[in-house]
Order: sequence, then structure tokens, then C-alpha cells
Amino acid sequence: MAFPIQLAREVVRDAVPLGRRLWEAAGGALSSAWQRAAGDEVERRLELAREQGHAGTDPFGLDLEWARWALGVVWFLHRKYFRSDVDGVERVPDGRVLLIANHSGQIPLDGAMIGAAVFFDRERPRIVRSMVEKWVQLQPFVAVLFTRVGQVVGVPENARRLLELGEPILVFPEGSRGISKPFSERYQMTEFGLGFMRLALETKTPIVPVAVVGAEEQYVNLANLERVAKAVGMPTFPVVPQWFIPGLQLPLPTKYRIYFGEPMTFDGDPDDDDNVIEEKVYVVKQTIQSMLNRGLRERPGVFF
Amino acid sequence: MTSDAEPRSLRPPSGEPAVVVTGACGRLGKIVVRALHREARVVAIDRRPFPDKPKDVEHFEIDLRRKKTRDVFRSVNVRAVLHLGVMHDPRKGAEAHHEWNVVGFQKLLEYVAGYRVPKLVVLSSANVYGPRPDNPQFLSEDAPLLGGASFSEIRDLIEVDMLTQSFFWKHPETETVILRPVHILGAVKNAPSNFLRLGTLPTLMGFDPMVQVLHEDDLADALVRALRPSVRGIFNVAGPPPLPLSRALTILGRRSLPLPHTLFKAAVGRMFTMRLTSFPAPEIDHIRFVCMVDDRRARQELGYQPRHSVEETVRAVDRERWS
Repeated sequence: MAFPIQLAREVVRDAVPLGRRLWEAAGGALSSAWQRAAGDEVERRLELAREQGHAGTDPFGLDLEWARWALGVVWFLHRKYFRSDVDGVERVPDGRVLLIANHSGQIPLDGAMIGAAVFFDRERPRIVRSMVEKWVQLQPFVAVLFTRVGQVVGVPENARRLLELGEPILVFPEGSRGISKPFSERYQMTEFGLGFMRLALETKTPIVPVAVVGAEEQYVNLANLERVAKAVGMPTFPVVPQWFIPGLQLPLPTKYRIYFGEPMTFDGDPDDDDNVIEEKVYVVKQTIQSMLNRGLRERPGVFF
Repeated sequence: MTSDAEPRSLRPPSGEPAVVVTGACGRLGKIVVRALHREARVVAIDRRPFPDKPKDVEHFEIDLRRKKTRDVFRSVNVRAVLHLGVMHDPRKGAEAHHEWNVVGFQKLLEYVAGYRVPKLVVLSSANVYGPRPDNPQFLSEDAPLLGGASFSEIRDLIEVDMLTQSFFWKHPETETVILRPVHILGAVKNAPSNFLRLGTLPTLMGFDPMVQVLHEDDLADALVRALRPSVRGIFNVAGPPPLPLSRALTILGRRSLPLPHTLFKAAVGRMFTMRLTSFPAPEIDHIRFVCMVDDRRARQELGYQPRHSVEETVRAVDRERWS
């Protein structure tokens, strides 16, 4: 009787240090592999970011030291996997700015790649904060990861505060309607929310339109099952056949093309009626649409 | 002590203007009384004894709901009331809570209005906003009080907060102040301090929210500032800059035990009913979602500034207890 209890006790006592050792060994192996691949560039950019005061954990939970791994992954996706072509990233000014982009690709890699472009390709790196669904805060690990790389819950108070602090904010006015577009509707932007324009008018923030070409083809979505989405409490429930094929959970290695437009400024009363605000939003939307159209016309192919 | 009250009640209110502190015998109450008694006459009201009270503090060992409380207001020239007497004993039933926290507080408000006390300071808490996935990172004073949605035990506190707000409008002649501090750490017995005093700290696997902590002495300082004339309104009170929960554990050098949310919640729920823990299950949302406040108002209008660093504040939970 005593034996199994003792055994169990020893197993528990040994399992913890053993687990820790395995964890450290795995971490060490990963860390050296990462150093070889991305180390240099990531470290250099981190150093530049630190010079601009991004050290430690900021009040919103951004912590670049913590996020070093995530930055390595983003670097890999940006440079090697999607081989992003970035155009006009220097148009992102210093100080507060709203980046307004089309949303696509089933999972928000477009946001990560816009962030990567501004972090890795701009002469002086800036850390783009984006506004995410509150749904993200409910997911273990995702919640911490997103917070540490600078994502914030998409409520106006947060956006206002970040703009006051002079941060760049990325907004996808299409929201989840945009990201889960079925394949047949690719590159046709859905309805824009008006919140970003009211915010820009209120805080006198310039808007930089951003167009992302290439994300629409990374997953082929046949349809959205709204009722299933509601039942499982997700924003959408896309049907992506490749997710059921082992090994194809990763997005297809399409070539990303990211275009930054000239900063736009708007004047007016942030509390104007919807139709007045809509006109201004329409100007931004059309700008992005024409950037998209140009990008689609000019690209030699989806994968190269 | 109670025998004192009888003859006094016959005299008209006289003497030096005094600050009445309710709930003065809790750990926080004692800290506040100690911070206050050198610059003001302090009258303590608590149904518990106050064995090591400073000599110049008068203590009435009475229950707020009893008639004798009225005698205190009748006999003492009350310049201000500082209400700390909110009970958060998760073991007491909902009725006892309501009876003590809300009914007792309503009585106190009657006396404040009836005796035209010029100042009322009520200690609420940032928990009235509640930890929620869609909270803005920093809640301002006008954010809705949704803390009760998932956690019924906080409803009394919200009710006290709301009663104070309506008192604010009904009796503009009284300068009313509500303070909503973030997690108070120190020798105090409250959920966050008790949690950080555990030997091994259970955490939620995959969650590490930013938290704000406040040193008990900094809170006492804010309360003293709130008692100053012409201060009125609602103030969030935060301490040093926020930190990730995991950093607090690193500072304390405690081991953490990450558990999946479902398992954690079930275990805490079960343990609570078995009386093995004093943490009610819904409270674990505090280590899952943010519930942080914007305290710019307090800094501007009260001139409040936390004096303790983040490390000092977190380490304060291991501070020597009051005897």
C-alpha cells in the first residue's frame, strides 16, 4: 500500500525538475537556431526601438524583450515566407497616426505583416499598436502574446489614450466582416465602420491608408457558417478545406505586397451625423481600393 | 468605552472638530487612524475593540446600525466622516453582508445629512468596475460599474458606491468624495494581499494580465488628502506604474503553479464550498482580465502621488503585521 504512494510521490517530485530541464533544453536549441537565422536583424531593430524608449513593459503590456520570440517568427514570415514587398513605408510619419487597412486572410497575419513592415523596413522602427476584438482576451496564450506585442482591446478609450501618447495605431475598419471574406469576394472591401474617422477628427490625427495584396489567397474560404459561429462564440466560422488536410494548416506562401499611401488629414466635427462622416470614410476607402486595384494589376502572380 | 457615550450625548456638540472613522479597527483603519491622528481629532467607530489605539484617539465600540452611533454624532462636533467600514468577508452570507454594508451605511448617511456634516469620504474600490475582457486598459471614473455582473459579492460595494453618488446630488451641502483604489497591498487582509502571501501562487495558464497595485500607506495618504476642504467627486486611485502579474511573483520570489482555466475554476469552486480557500471562484477573473484605472484626476485634484515603488508595494504583503 505504501509503495504506490511513495512511487507517486517520487514521480511528482522528479517530474517537475525533469520537465523544466526538457523545457530549457528545447528553449536552448530553438534559441540557437533562431540566432542563426534572424538574430542579427531582430537584435539591431530591437536596439533601435530601445533607443526610442521602448524598454521594459509599457502600461498597455507591450514588452519587446518578452516578445523577442514572436518578433523572430514575424521576421521569418515577413522576410522568408511571404517575402513581403513593402512600398512607401517612410510615409508613416513620426507621432500619432492612424493606419487604415483592408482586412483579409482568415487569420490576422495582415496586421502582423503591416507591423513587421513598419518595424523592420522603416528607417526608424515604430511599433504599431492594433485594435483587436475582445474575443482575443478570452483565449489563453493568445491573450498574453497579443498583449506583449502591443495589441490592445479595440475600444475608443484605448485608441484615444494611445494617440495622446503619440503612438501609431492600426485599424481595420471592416472588422471581422473583412477578415473572413469568402474567396469569391476577395479584394472587395466590405462596409467600413465609422469609429476611426470620428477618432481622427477628434484627435486631429493623420490617416495613412494601407493596402495589403496577397493575404486573400493564403486561405481559401468557401463560406462562413454564421450559426456555428454563434453557437461556439467565435466572431466568424469560416470553412477552409485546407485546414482539414494534414500539413496545410499553415497559410499558403503567397507573396505579400504592402502599400502605404500619402497621409490624409480631415477636418470637421467628430459628432457630425453618420452621413457626413460616411463621406469622409468613403474617401479613405476609395483610396485603399484604388491602391488595391493597382497592386492587383501590377503583380506578376499570386505566389511570386 | 460605550459608557463614555451616555453622558456626552446630553451636551451639545462641542470641542475641537473631529473626523469620524468607521471601521477603524481593521488593519487598513488602523493605518489610516495613525496617519490622521496627529493632524486632526479622530473619533473611531467600530464594533471591534481597538487595543493599541493612539492615546488621543477616542474609540466607540459600537455597531453602526445601533442608536448609540447617533449619540456620537450628537455629542461630537463632526467635521468629516471617513467610511471604511465595508465588510468583505466571503464567509458571511449575502444577507449579513447586505445588512452590515448597505443598511449600516444608509444609517450613516442619515446621520451625515441630519447633523450637516460638511464632509463625507467613502472608500469604494476599483473592483466595482470589474475585470472584463472588453475593459479599456485604463478605466475612468465615469465607466459603468459592472463588477457585480459575474461576482455577486461585490454588489454590496457597488450599492454603497451608488448610494454615495445619489447622496452627492441630494445633499450638495456635504462635500462627498468616493475613492476607488486598485488592489491594496500590505499587511491588510484582502483578497489580493492574501493571494500574494500564499506559498505557491496558482495562476491561469496562458493569462498574464497587467495589474495595478497600491501600497496601503499610499492609500492612507490619498484618504487624508480627500479629507481636505473643497475636494469633492469620484477619484480612482492607482499606485506605481502597472506591471504584469507574473512580474509581481518574480519580485516576491514565489513559485507559481499555472493551471488551465476550467480546472482552476472548478477546483477553487469546490475548495470554497469545502472551506479550504477564502477565494470565491469568480474572483479569479482578476488574474485573467485587466481591471485598471486612470487616476489622473486624483493626481491633479488631490495632488496625490504614490511614494512607494512597484517593488516596495508588492513586497509590502510580507510586511510585519500589526499586533
